[in-house]
Amino acid sequence: MKPLPHALVATPSLDRWIRLTGDGAVIAFTGKVEIGQGILAALGTIVAEELDVARRRVQVVSGHTGHTPNEGVTAGSMSIETSGAALRQASAWARCLLLQRAATRLGVAEDNLTVADGEITGPGVNERLTYWNLADRPFGFEIRDRMPEKATSAYRLVGRDGQRRADILAKATAAAFVHDCAAQLHARMVRPPSLRHRLIELDVDVAAPGRLVVDGSFVAVAHPVEFEAERLAQRIAGSARWLRIGSPPEGFDIDESRRETAEAFPLRNGVPSPVPRRQVATTHRAVYRRPFLMHASIAPSAAIAVWRDGALAIECSSQGIEPLRQVVALVLGIDPDAIEIRHVPGAGCYGHNGADDAALDAALVARAVPGHRVSLKWSREEEHGFEPLGPAMHVEMGASLDAEGRVSSWTHDAYGFTHVARPSPGASGVDLLSARFLAEPFEPTSPRPALGPEVGIHRNALPIYSFPDQEVTKHFVADAPVRTSALRGLGAQGNVFAIESFMDELAHSAGVDPVEFRRRHLRHDPRALAVLEAVLKSSGGLTGHRGLALARYKNRQCCAAVVAEVSVDPETAEIRVPRLWIAADAGRVIDPDGLTNQLEGGAVQALSWCLKEAVSFDADGAVTSRDWSSYPILRFSEAPEIETVLLDRPELDPLGAGEATVGPTSGALANAVFAATGLRIGDLPMTPDRLREAAAR
Amino acid sequence: MIRFRLNGEAAQFDDSERDMPLLYVLRSPAVGEMTPKLGCGIEQCGTCRVLVDGEPAYACTLPAGAVEGRHVETAAGLDTPVRRALIESNATQCGYCLPGIIVAAEALFRANPRPSGAEIATALDSQLCRCGSHPRVLRALLEVAGR
Repeated sequence: MKPLPHALVATPSLDRWIRLTGDGAVIAFTGKVEIGQGILAALGTIVAEELDVARRRVQVVSGHTGHTPNEGVTAGSMSIETSGAALRQASAWARCLLLQRAATRLGVAEDNLTVADGEITGPGVNERLTYWNLADRPFGFEIRDRMPEKATSAYRLVGRDGQRRADILAKATAAAFVHDCAAQLHARMVRPPSLRHRLIELDVDVAAPGRLVVDGSFVAVAHPVEFEAERLAQRIAGSARWLRIGSPPEGFDIDESRRETAEAFPLRNGVPSPVPRRQVATTHRAVYRRPFLMHASIAPSAAIAVWRDGALAIECSSQGIEPLRQVVALVLGIDPDAIEIRHVPGAGCYGHNGADDAALDAALVARAVPGHRVSLKWSREEEHGFEPLGPAMHVEMGASLDAEGRVSSWTHDAYGFTHVARPSPGASGVDLLSARFLAEPFEPTSPRPALGPEVGIHRNALPIYSFPDQEVTKHFVADAPVRTSALRGLGAQGNVFAIESFMDELAHSAGVDPVEFRRRHLRHDPRALAVLEAVLKSSGGLTGHRGLALARYKNRQCCAAVVAEVSVDPETAEIRVPRLWIAADAGRVIDPDGLTNQLEGGAVQALSWCLKEAVSFDADGAVTSRDWSSYPILRFSEAPEIETVLLDRPELDPLGAGEATVGPTSGALANAVFAATGLRIGDLPMTPDRLREAAAR
Repeated sequence: MIRFRLNGEAAQFDDSERDMPLLYVLRSPAVGEMTPKLGCGIEQCGTCRVLVDGEPAYACTLPAGAVEGRHVETAAGLDTPVRRALIESNATQCGYCLPGIIVAAEALFRANPRPSGAEIATALDSQLCRCGSHPRVLRALLEVAGR
């Protein structure tokens, strides 16, 4: 039997998960938050299904310290797998306990009772009896064992088409984001030129009539009128003088000296291990790189805070309100219990962006103006300039082929900086932007290699394929020149881009069709083979200027295969992607439309990364690409038509899919460019300049 | 007081706010229209878009005084086939860019009720979306165009 979902082990009280209210409604509580993926809608469907109530009766309350279960951080494509499993099990218990109450009241065996939309029928039921008639008191029950769940063959909601997200109407037509919440004071930051700069002086007089908040090099201004706050911040910024401290970064590339001094951790049983790297002879080699990337949220980060009687209330769009509460408490020197944080949606974040930082900024201003509800918003320039960046990667591949055109040996060396710098209680430092600028500063955590399975640099470094001899190594570069943290997929994008590009190169060297070459090394994996065949069927195969790639996210979750079709303008060398096909196996599908939306969104974002995106810096390490013209992203006329096929596995557990297509799309694009031009582009992004350089070689 | 119409209703703001960007005035407590969003403040992302007398405008830079006596429409006031199609087909993810996309698409469909796919995509190039909802936005609008 499956173990109890770990979220239920941590929070066993059923009343913390499911509550019935008198008006025929069900409230489901989750610690996961809505970051634009429709997760609350899908969780609500799981609850409605298991409880046998109409979908419209279920309302999902999420992300509120002290009110919702602590489920850590909403990340890693885990919400359906973890919170979904917990809510399904909690709903199964709630249904059972409510039927027990009914059976006791009626004096019949509960096996004889059936439920439809919360209404209970069976022998001895003479008048209308519903869950809500029986919910006059809390469950008062702690979940310690598994309750058998509804057979998936009896499902009437999960997996069905036509599910709607109730949140979209408000987001399209009303106040719906943390940016839209009312406040008494509006605050703006005055930022230094870079993380390495500290304040020397500023003219406090220009801040009038605003409320200036200065703590060391933390500078903010608040005013009741939002535009005035913005104008004052610009005026103060004009008067401020800053000094660069310490030495400037030694370049931004993962160059030879960084690679030589990196710590090497060969993977043993999937885990980075402090053992010597095994020497494996290879005859084919290639290098693949990606630059620093931005999350580039469409909304600058924002948060609301109010400080009253020594207690702090924050509203923000952090992915991890519980760890954030601990770390903000540490910076402010107060008890975490004095802080309440409620998640309010922001724009999509795609990983660790500025949302947590803005929460601390708002808190610092709120503390200076007790009793006032403060709305602090970053500017666009600030968001681009100060968000934690998706780290650059450098991946060296090696392989040998045998006489039959199979891989006989394989090496994968993934070099890079940390992907894991979320604010975390118990860390050696404080990973919130402004903490380092305070008069009594908190330094950020010294980067350390993440040594669990499938994290950071080595996420998806293990190939999906079966090779007779392989050595896969994580190489951790500690001295990141800039602040980096989790961006959608972490190392998976760079690693899958490298693996899938290299597989194509090897297939061509072996003189084998790239599809057949992959099949040969996938015989052990029928689910991956099925996904591969599905994308070939829907796309009609690798005709013309098309490329293929596939991967299973974290080698455990959703398996996705992508075929990309490109056209390359012979004049401008511009790559366009008119069409893309996706096939995916994410286990049991909860919401086909929501899953498709996630898979397609990840694919479009990956195309944007691969074709256009690279952060630029000055010598001090300050980001110089601070707007959408210096950091362009894919536009509507550049987006492909996408056709997605889902391989539903109703009998199996659902698998996280939000990050599943970023790697395969990157590889499929590179392989399609090769099919179209005969050029192998290993350096992202694949700009016209890169294509011309490759052609000139 | 500066008077204008907002989604068909009378609205007004103080003379002293004439030079403020329209977006800040719309979102101020006096007007309270939170649908247009701030994304960049420099006409690069389109999240702030509104119609002024039917013409698309960037509220993040347009001085508020420019709408005196004119009709401002936001996504909240556009209960049209374009908006309904986008919402009913879940043609978004986080939703932050959606109000601006509705406005830009509505402006296109008023001028050209049966645009081609290429015309729709070109008209939406003023609008950035980071979640990658582009394909489904385009699909939804092609259906509205009857194509």
